[in-house]
Amino acid sequence: MKILIIGATSAIAKSTARIYAERNSQLFLVGRDENRLNEMKIDLELRGASSVRILALDIVEHEEHAIPINLAAKFLENIDLTLICHGSLPNQESCETNFKEIEKAIKINALSTISLCTEISKQFKKQKGGTLAVITSVAGERGRQPNFIYGAAKSMVSTYLQGLRGKLLPFGIHVIDIKPGLVDSPMTAGLDKGPLWATPESIAVQIVNGVSRKQHTVYAPSYWRFIMFAVRSIPEFIFKKLKI
Amino acid sequence: MRLQGWGRFPDIAAEFIEPVSVELIQKSLKEKNKVLPLIPRGAGRSYGDSALASRVISTRFLDQFIAFDHKTQTIQCGSGTTLDTVLKFITPKGYFIPVLPGTKYVSIGGAIAADIHGKNHHKSGSFCSYVSELSLMLANGEIIKCSETKNPDLFQATCGGMGLTGIIVDAVLLLKRVTSVSIRKRSLIARDLTECMDIIDETEDSEYSVAWLDCLASKARLGRSIIHLGEHCENGRAEHESRRRMSIPFSTPSILLNKCSISLFNSALYNLRKYGSELSTVGYDSYFFPLDFIKNWNRLYGPQGFLQYQFAIPITNSKQSISEVLKKIHASGKGPLLSVLKKFGEGNNNYLSFPFRGYSLALDFKKEVGLFPLLAELDEIILANGGRLYLAKDARMTEDVFKRSYLDWEKFLNVKSKVDPNHLFASLQSNRIGLT
Repeated sequence: MKILIIGATSAIAKSTARIYAERNSQLFLVGRDENRLNEMKIDLELRGASSVRILALDIVEHEEHAIPINLAAKFLENIDLTLICHGSLPNQESCETNFKEIEKAIKINALSTISLCTEISKQFKKQKGGTLAVITSVAGERGRQPNFIYGAAKSMVSTYLQGLRGKLLPFGIHVIDIKPGLVDSPMTAGLDKGPLWATPESIAVQIVNGVSRKQHTVYAPSYWRFIMFAVRSIPEFIFKKLKI
Repeated sequence: MRLQGWGRFPDIAAEFIEPVSVELIQKSLKEKNKVLPLIPRGAGRSYGDSALASRVISTRFLDQFIAFDHKTQTIQCGSGTTLDTVLKFITPKGYFIPVLPGTKYVSIGGAIAADIHGKNHHKSGSFCSYVSELSLMLANGEIIKCSETKNPDLFQATCGGMGLTGIIVDAVLLLKRVTSVSIRKRSLIARDLTECMDIIDETEDSEYSVAWLDCLASKARLGRSIIHLGEHCENGRAEHESRRRMSIPFSTPSILLNKCSISLFNSALYNLRKYGSELSTVGYDSYFFPLDFIKNWNRLYGPQGFLQYQFAIPITNSKQSISEVLKKIHASGKGPLLSVLKKFGEGNNNYLSFPFRGYSLALDFKKEVGLFPLLAELDEIILANGGRLYLAKDARMTEDVFKRSYLDWEKFLNVKSKVDPNHLFASLQSNRIGLT
């Protein structure tokens, strides 16, 4: 398989890349930290990747998103799968009093992703096929008090992907929305982890399965489908009092 | 956040730092405004407080493969890589890790820091004998290479040094070629302790050997046991197998583990084997890592957690001292769920490594009132017979017990003081036993 991963140094992306490397895939990795990308390249090639190319680029800073996509397309020739894993957890408290922070959070977690999807759609249409997998979050399913800025950004992406899925269907392009629950990753460092927390490795397995089964929405781990069903079912007059 | 060792005792609030790269670890050491001591932590599989401190720095994300060389039969990987990951990678290529502990979920860094041993210690020694080189980040952030020839003092102190000399960043491991990763297992029954130790002595030629003891059997049956011997099959599976795992999602009420249930469990194991077959071929997972089948089995001991008590004792008087220990435990009524007896070969020169020629018995006890006095009594028996306790399992040993049994502790401290004069690296354990 020929795979483009954006936000490749994230824990979930790293674990997913390893599974594909073991299956002798060809990988193009885009991330911010060049040293870590180099380490990943060595690791993935040892694990069996047929070839790995890296590109150090800050997707949020550089708005010319056609460039990384074109470079990837040149290296991979035909992109079978694009996985977008980039994002960061903003501080809800400081967002609530500072609009600049909100703007930044929305730009990182939503706008830059949507911009990337736009460019990838062009490429996929050109090659008449491909799978686009984007990591959003269960946080996007309902605005909860502790993190509704992050939730709002992720929900924007999810809504966008729903529409895009239909738009790209005639071109044989498949769109997957991956919604991880609580993941024990660097993004959540320092938080106490309870029984609902999952490892990036287990999320990666769900992503790979979701891609091969052509699912539309992947809840990772799958029990989040039921948890979020329950969360969505709570009547608003009760929900507004909950600090969950 | 709350942090514990594998035994879930003690449970402390700590600042837990999980840097994603070596550079970020260096950065967190260099933060000038923070001179709080810290301890590195790998997979969190040491039982007690070896990897606990008010500041804990995780090597979990240093988990990449760096190099693999068929010619020298070595693999170099980040210290946060688990043995499981390495095994999955090397077994299809016909290699195996020369020393494996009772779980595959330990990190390479932790395996070196505790200089772990396995079921083949009598033949192959401990883990660090197969570490050809390691990179160590010192208190000043500098990374240096250590091996038997490069910085040998520091190597000797770091192997078995419980993370107190610095942060192990990566390591080069020597692998062994095997014909198969399937294990030909022979399970022998011993009716009492004498018979058990005789069988262990007689079967010393076998590659792997471990005895499971029924600690609740008493009087004539004291020390009744099953000895599991193992050899790699001549041919068979080379690739790793994946087992379905059970999980214990939360702590079960500790009342479930009582004298009655433990006794039933042990009798069942004993009798199953007694009427079962002596020879079988099993996967390496089930031979080496029987407990890994149950994810988070440590939660079975209830919210209070448990303590593992593992000691090594020289061959002279070993029978008497082990039976004295078993009798004392039996009289106290605190039955360990699992007890494992194994024979050790020669020890090595590492200052704080645990194994030496003799026997080792590992027992796990539910944390409850009255346990510490019992363990203190056991300490005395062990010290009187020239034995010592395993640091990776300890959560309560006193400074006195430690210094009377680890005689090279001063040599260790000399080396540590040179590279870490301000004791940046310190754990609850090292404070308790007087190393920092």
